[in-house]
Amino acid sequence: MNMSKKEYAEYVKNLEPASPHLKNFIKAFLIGGAICILGQILLNMYMSFGLDRDNASAAVSITLIGLSALLTGFGIYDKIAKHAGAGTLVPITGFANSIVSEALEFKSEGYILGMCANMFKLAGPVLVMGISASIFYGIILLFL
Amino acid sequence: MKGKETVFFKNAPKILGTGCIVGKNESDGPLAEYFDERITDGRYGEKTWEQAESKFHNTALEFALKKAGITANELGCILGGDLLNQCVAASFAWRDSGIPFIGLYGACSTFVEGLALAGQFVDASSFPTAAVSVSSHFCTAERQYRNPLAYGGQRPPTAQRTVTGAGCAIVGKSDKDAPEIKCATFGCVTDSGISDANNMGAAMAPAAYETLSTHFKNTNTVPSDYDLIATGDLGEVGRKILIDLLSRDGISLGDEYIDCGCEMFDIKRQDMHSGASGCACAATVFSGYIMHGLLKKRWKKVLLAGTGSLQSPLTVQQKETIPGVCHAVVIEV
Repeated sequence: MNMSKKEYAEYVKNLEPASPHLKNFIKAFLIGGAICILGQILLNMYMSFGLDRDNASAAVSITLIGLSALLTGFGIYDKIAKHAGAGTLVPITGFANSIVSEALEFKSEGYILGMCANMFKLAGPVLVMGISASIFYGIILLFL
Repeated sequence: MKGKETVFFKNAPKILGTGCIVGKNESDGPLAEYFDERITDGRYGEKTWEQAESKFHNTALEFALKKAGITANELGCILGGDLLNQCVAASFAWRDSGIPFIGLYGACSTFVEGLALAGQFVDASSFPTAAVSVSSHFCTAERQYRNPLAYGGQRPPTAQRTVTGAGCAIVGKSDKDAPEIKCATFGCVTDSGISDANNMGAAMAPAAYETLSTHFKNTNTVPSDYDLIATGDLGEVGRKILIDLLSRDGISLGDEYIDCGCEMFDIKRQDMHSGASGCACAATVFSGYIMHGLLKKRWKKVLLAGTGSLQSPLTVQQKETIPGVCHAVVIEV
């Protein structure tokens, strides 16, 4: 093959089919938006039950996480995510899906070293980054 | 004309019988009728996906033995492999068999690598018969190379789907009118700098190009000398690249050329992106579809080229590029 690695990379780029970006954006917007609307409906509902805003927000997160875990267990979440992409990845439901799917996958390797050890394989980086960012933010606040 | 990469067999090693088993999506594809066993339960009655994949080997061998009309005791050895770490699907399948097992790893080229070696063993009369058995399983491959099954992710259009199944071929000497392995061309590991593990077709196509070019040169043949030329699992993207690369050298692949990865599924209807991949792709398409065509004399001279993408999840994370390898055999009836 008379091509350098760089030339081949260029060549492949021209040959491979492109992702349908516009279609993906629209689907992500609609499905991600639907999850947000569901969150808002839940928030209003919990507040109408008499919860204050903070508690109602926590209850919304718990409900969405529970729902996502359930849908993951039934094998429905990944089918939606296939179309939604970031629409199901960014909301808290995506975080729940990443943990539950790992837990399900590694059940066959035992509960401690299989399930527990692998549950945070995908979610771990998010936790590390999130916790690191909050520490950083805390330090800044301390000196302000 | 004879190059060092091509081994010509003098004593007519023949493929006495083949057997295969495939999963649900493969059974839903256009080649379904050619497969010996089609299962809907990916666990195949076992507790884990890995055990299921292991059991595929036993089933494929059973079918192959039956068609070859021999018993397992008559086998000189079993050559085989799979995609799992340490090749456990293949080796665990034979732990109670009492038959010598030679484990191979050539990623998705393992089946053809095995056929070539079995041909050599039989040709040299080292073994009277040798079985080649390889497997792959979508569920075991996903968890090793990618994400959990229930994880909500998107795959790019270049991604391929690992075939669930196993294929087995028995190679031996016989007076019967069976397809004969004429020669084998072993390929070099070829790295063209692709690092996207979701584009294995592009990573393997240069290896297929190198091996096929070498093969045509060493055997002094051109594509039209064959009734069928089949590559293992280049998929839509890799297939396009291979055709283009060869055409630049004036070698044109025509209607006789297929890629097993493009044949396995109805890509549009089944939403299989770039097509099928996995050790079992070439193995089941050959053991089912191509063998059927050889026996029915639809094709008399077949060039089968197994293509393997040699990365591991670790090397992908380390940002290494993905080398490919391709081995080819010529089978004539």
